[in-house]
Amino acid sequence: MSSSPSLSIGALLRRPETGSFLGLVAVFLFFTAFGGTNFASPTGAASWLNVAAQLGIVAIPIGLLMIAGELDISIGSIIPAGSMTCAIISGYYDLPIWIGVGAALALGAVIGLINGILVIRTAVPSFIVTLGTLFAVAGMTLGFSVLVTGTTSVAIKVPEAKWLLGDFIAGIYQVTIFWWIGAALFWSFVLHASPLGNWIFAMGGDKVSARNAGIPTERMTVMLFVCSGMSAAFVGLSQAILYNSAQVSAGQSYIFNSIISVVVGGVLLTGGYGSVFGIVLGTLTFAVVSQGIYFTGFDANWASLIIGVLLLGAVLMNNTFRKMALSYTPKKRGK
Amino acid sequence: MSAPILKLAKVNKSFGPIDVLHDISLEVRAGEVLCLLGDNGAGKSTLIKLMSGVYQPSSGSIEMDGKPEHFPNPRAAADKGIATVHQFGGTFPLMSIGRSFFVGVEPTKGWGPFKVYDRKTANAIAVEAVQKLGITRITDGDRLVGGLSGGERQSLAIARAVHFGARVLILDEPTAALGVKQATHVLRIVNEAKRRGLAVIFITHQVMHAMAVGDHFAVLIRGAIASDFRKGEKTREEITDLMAGGASMANLEAEIESAFGEDEEKTPRVA
Repeated sequence: MSSSPSLSIGALLRRPETGSFLGLVAVFLFFTAFGGTNFASPTGAASWLNVAAQLGIVAIPIGLLMIAGELDISIGSIIPAGSMTCAIISGYYDLPIWIGVGAALALGAVIGLINGILVIRTAVPSFIVTLGTLFAVAGMTLGFSVLVTGTTSVAIKVPEAKWLLGDFIAGIYQVTIFWWIGAALFWSFVLHASPLGNWIFAMGGDKVSARNAGIPTERMTVMLFVCSGMSAAFVGLSQAILYNSAQVSAGQSYIFNSIISVVVGGVLLTGGYGSVFGIVLGTLTFAVVSQGIYFTGFDANWASLIIGVLLLGAVLMNNTFRKMALSYTPKKRGK
Repeated sequence: MSAPILKLAKVNKSFGPIDVLHDISLEVRAGEVLCLLGDNGAGKSTLIKLMSGVYQPSSGSIEMDGKPEHFPNPRAAADKGIATVHQFGGTFPLMSIGRSFFVGVEPTKGWGPFKVYDRKTANAIAVEAVQKLGITRITDGDRLVGGLSGGERQSLAIARAVHFGARVLILDEPTAALGVKQATHVLRIVNEAKRRGLAVIFITHQVMHAMAVGDHFAVLIRGAIASDFRKGEKTREEITDLMAGGASMANLEAEIESAFGEDEEKTPRVA
């Protein structure tokens, strides 16, 4: 976390995560009011924390890519690809789990590497490149799964790895919540404390100037794509271990959900602005809305309406806060 | 007189069959402002890109301190002390002053993998560097660059170049998008950079701004140097005429005047 120079209200309002924090408070109060005590109870909290954790692990690297001015939607098929890879190796072929996990992560890294190299070599917008790999990887996952196992769903039983990747703590909290917290701390350090973070912001602000300032923009771009690919594969394999099975089509919803979380979290779509803490809050907001609806008397179909309105509201609010940050001039001391 | 820091000798640049620059010879010394004047499309940007390592000359040579140099990329030119500041400052609007000042060369504290960006040091150095150039209104390094005025952004970019030891400062139309007052600020900073012994190459199409700071002028027309003269050798009208392609400015004025004359005659009839 970057420390704030002064803890005045004005300084807080100028931070990128302010909008998402207010949004989270609003939806939380809304569902506490309509969902009753169940929503905020430990069991209720577990339902949205579990959703947030899985989404959050992918959303943060996606957010970093967006801050750097790129986009990665191929995660939508890297998640099931990671899931299937792990399940086929450690379930279908019954090899040790660490091979399955390693292979899934390696697959995510390779797809990320391909995304990154295509983006820097062809100068095609990353949305199009990753749209291509999204379909290509989805096709390959389906094709190989049917070819190897003859089915689109593979069971995997690995009790020895459950405690690390697919267990419930106190019976309700997925262990991925802790991975999410770890990931958030790690990425906060990268983006806000290490010099690399400055490079990521600079790349999203003006790529040519960043390159002229000596930042290895191409290497950074490839690395960020590799990280998002590996994070997506991680979510996939942890789902497989958690649910004891993997399906070939289990990740498409993550594409938009992660982008919504990132944008609600205060990241500028065109790059150069945002924070990891904001993305975490945006993810929580999304999870609270998508799960909170079940605690209310409303039909769950209305959840998407709330998310849509929330997204537009968050973008408008974030624009306002960003303008405040831009127009900020320090007052003379001792006026 | 000292030897030129940067010297171009008979430099040509062509893109395929299209010749963009012909036989450009220029030199700039420490503590001197060279103004490159030229209309749009005269080849000014290509010339800047040659000097800053974005392009390489098709023939001819670039020398620094009397030794031939080759810049395969912008980084190589920057390492030799050639800094280019573009029209909009080349800075990052949504980054803080301190962070954007140190992009690529962030000061850190701590050790090993836990090296942390040192915000306080960065902000203090950045603010001090800008203030030394006479922009005293910038006092808080946490302010976002996008909140600065156009002139302040230019000044920040120039301060950055000076701080990191630039010897040759290439300013690409620094005053083009600025109001009169802002432009004056930037011109004052150009003078300050010159006083500190930097060689400044000032690209502009505003003759007034060039005459305010220039020691040495070169007028570029269709990729060739049409005229090369020193301060006081030519009047503003002569320079403007040169930029517009010789005597054509006088013709143009006459043309505009006659067009206006006709309009004035016609207007009452229409109304």
